[in-house]
Amino acid sequence: MLELALHARRGSFNLQVECCFASEWTVVFGPSGAGKSSLLRLLAGLDLTESGNQEHARITLDGNLLTDSSRGFRIKPGRRQTSMVAQQSALFPHLSVEANVAYGLHHLERPTRLKRVSEMLELVDATDLLSRRPQDLSGGEAQRVALARALAPQPRLLLLDEPLSALDGAASDALLVRLQLWLNQHHVQTVMATHDATDALALGAEVLLLHEGRLAAQGPAAEVLAAERDRIVRRLS
Amino acid sequence: MDWQALALSLRLATVTTAILLTVAVPLAALLVLGRSRWLAAVEALAALPLVLPPTVLGFFLLVLLGPRTAFGRAITVLLGHPLAFSFSGLVVGSVIYSLPFAVQPLVAGFAAVPPALVDAARLLGASPARLVRTLLIPLAGRSLLAAAVLSFLHTMGEFGVVLMLGGDIPGATRTLSIVLYNQVENFDYAAANRTAATLLGLSVVALAAIYVSGRSRGGRHA
Repeated sequence: MLELALHARRGSFNLQVECCFASEWTVVFGPSGAGKSSLLRLLAGLDLTESGNQEHARITLDGNLLTDSSRGFRIKPGRRQTSMVAQQSALFPHLSVEANVAYGLHHLERPTRLKRVSEMLELVDATDLLSRRPQDLSGGEAQRVALARALAPQPRLLLLDEPLSALDGAASDALLVRLQLWLNQHHVQTVMATHDATDALALGAEVLLLHEGRLAAQGPAAEVLAAERDRIVRRLS
Repeated sequence: MDWQALALSLRLATVTTAILLTVAVPLAALLVLGRSRWLAAVEALAALPLVLPPTVLGFFLLVLLGPRTAFGRAITVLLGHPLAFSFSGLVVGSVIYSLPFAVQPLVAGFAAVPPALVDAARLLGASPARLVRTLLIPLAGRSLLAAAVLSFLHTMGEFGVVLMLGGDIPGATRTLSIVLYNQVENFDYAAANRTAATLLGLSVVALAAIYVSGRSRGGRHA
């Protein structure tokens, strides 16, 4: 279970969210600029809240404290057992696909590392890309490799920031099914940010609706999205 | 040609460059990746030799390393000889004087690495040292070359600091630029031409290496 209470300022933008993610899959849904990426970066420990700026952050995962700004406590990004895949795949351009996926596995023995790389590439249907360089990959291939790289260290928390935007519908659906199965098997709590209602509905997950940095609603996807649709219709009529 | 002075200049430039790269790579990485508010002051301090007249820097170092200060006396006791008017003293002066020529290209190169890649490496558990070794240096290789070449050439052509801190001791502190100054002072323009041409030739070859390297990596806009 992921619990968070945070208030972060980014210029004139305020992100203020207090909630609990009970479901293993949570979709953070909202329009561009709602604060989805900022939220994921704070969860990943990549961004900090500044003390003395009325900001605060407290994040726990399965009861373990990840961040508590009131005590100046923050587990560093690489030690939170958290992986993140952003819309831009951010593959290391000077490394092969194999080396990219193996990057977070340097603590493992070589045979174990190679086996894990192979398993992850198989999961995302990218085994044939092993020796390719990121610049030789299509957008969809790069996103699949980025996903394999993020999953390889077997994180406890996976953050996905519109990670399937470059995949076509059928490929994206098939990948999501395999991914959900793998994540459930490995008990990985997943938070996916998207502005696409179809993704949220397809996953059938708990949805957290963000609006201008505030938590507007939280609940089952169908309910939250129906309420949001009604709100937009009322505003337009 | 004063071969002894050429050899001394090359040795000074090589030692200085090696020390500078060892110091400048972690310093530049800290300046780019660090979050402390003190880093602006550190960066300003590292850039100070750019605007400080070499003779002023040389004078300060001469006083600091000489017998007038406790630090200078401690160094003398530690090494068994004063640092001023020695090759080691020249190395210290050259490292400080050429520091911005090593740090600034590296800062520019490291800062040009997309933050998304740095974030990805951090999330995958890369320590700062591994991040520098496996990501920043490979992706900013040209900046590393530029830092090495600029540090080397700047040390080769150094005059004010060398004269102030080292004087003109053959085989110990007489570098090629001191020789050039002596030749001009003695109206030996033929020898001065040869010395100047040697320094110019070295500069052109080394700078060309940077640009050739840039082209072979796919050009300026690659």
